[in-house]
Amino acid sequence: MTFLEQVLTIGVCAAATMLTRFLPFLVFSSKKPTPPYIRFLGKVLPSAVFAMLVIYCVRNVSFLTGSHGIPELIGIAVTAALHVWKRNMLLSIFGGTALYMVLVH
Amino acid sequence: MKQPLSIHPAETPSSSPALTALRPAFITSIPIMAGFLFIALAYGFYMQRIGFSFLYPMTMAMTIYGGSLEFVTASMLLSPFAPLQCFLMAFMIQARHLFYGIAMLDRYKGTGWKKFFLIFFMCDETFSLIYTTPVPEGVDRKWFMLWISFLDYLYWVVGAALGGLFGALIPFELKGIEFVMTAMFVSVFLEQYLKDTQKISGLIGFAVSIVCLVVFGPNSFIIPTMAGILIFVTLLRKQLERAGGAAE
Repeated sequence: MTFLEQVLTIGVCAAATMLTRFLPFLVFSSKKPTPPYIRFLGKVLPSAVFAMLVIYCVRNVSFLTGSHGIPELIGIAVTAALHVWKRNMLLSIFGGTALYMVLVH
Repeated sequence: MKQPLSIHPAETPSSSPALTALRPAFITSIPIMAGFLFIALAYGFYMQRIGFSFLYPMTMAMTIYGGSLEFVTASMLLSPFAPLQCFLMAFMIQARHLFYGIAMLDRYKGTGWKKFFLIFFMCDETFSLIYTTPVPEGVDRKWFMLWISFLDYLYWVVGAALGGLFGALIPFELKGIEFVMTAMFVSVFLEQYLKDTQKISGLIGFAVSIVCLVVFGPNSFIIPTMAGILIFVTLLRKQLERAGGAAE
């Protein structure tokens, strides 16, 4: 990727983000209720999108060769277990990452 | 009227509303400071490790200002140039801002020039702080909201820049630090999933992503996945709403 393409990529991401921040104030009035379909999507989409991002993170892991993705699976399992146990995001992220770093060393 | 307990004794009727609001806003933002500095430092380290100068995490923190997307943007920078996919993915990842905005329509009304910055600085943590923290008595509501928003932004940008800078100074190899992105999304997902009253859409997200990854491969499965998720939740709307996904 050239420098210009990098700038454009970051710019596109920033623009899309700004659109999500400003759009409601441009489109919706605080007097009219938000359309039910939009509110429905607001309730059900976040966990689906985050699930997609978990898969996105491991998209290049080869589960058939090399370490078979075992360090990744252990790291994810421990992160998840820590999170269900303590519900502390910092602890889960730190604990899972530290363990993964130990596993791949 | 009940006499409020002043949490800042220096307060006098003549002190400026901006200064008066700074102290309670700072105290309110301390938990976010700890979290943001930590994750932004890790993000800066990560960017440094995959080969970018600290200017990249710093600029991305300033312009995008969204942890999840900044990690994903880092991956995009290492992939072939695909602006449409980047735009759609960024919009989808950040789409939750739409709902924060809708929730804040009333509160941000009449804030004048501050409104632009209140919207610009919006993020998950700032939204939850402003949405849930009562404004202390005697404190200007607009300044209180603006300071919280700005301080959170500052913590994130400073953390990302420092991470990128110090990442280069650390002598030992930080092999595996890239897992911080995976760990972050695992805990963000779980946090959301445990809060969900319906437990179906999270599973739809996994199922559609895995099928699309196998079918379309790692470089082009995102757009079909997003389309698939939208189609499935729309088709299953009745079931999802019955399972607790109804808008309240």
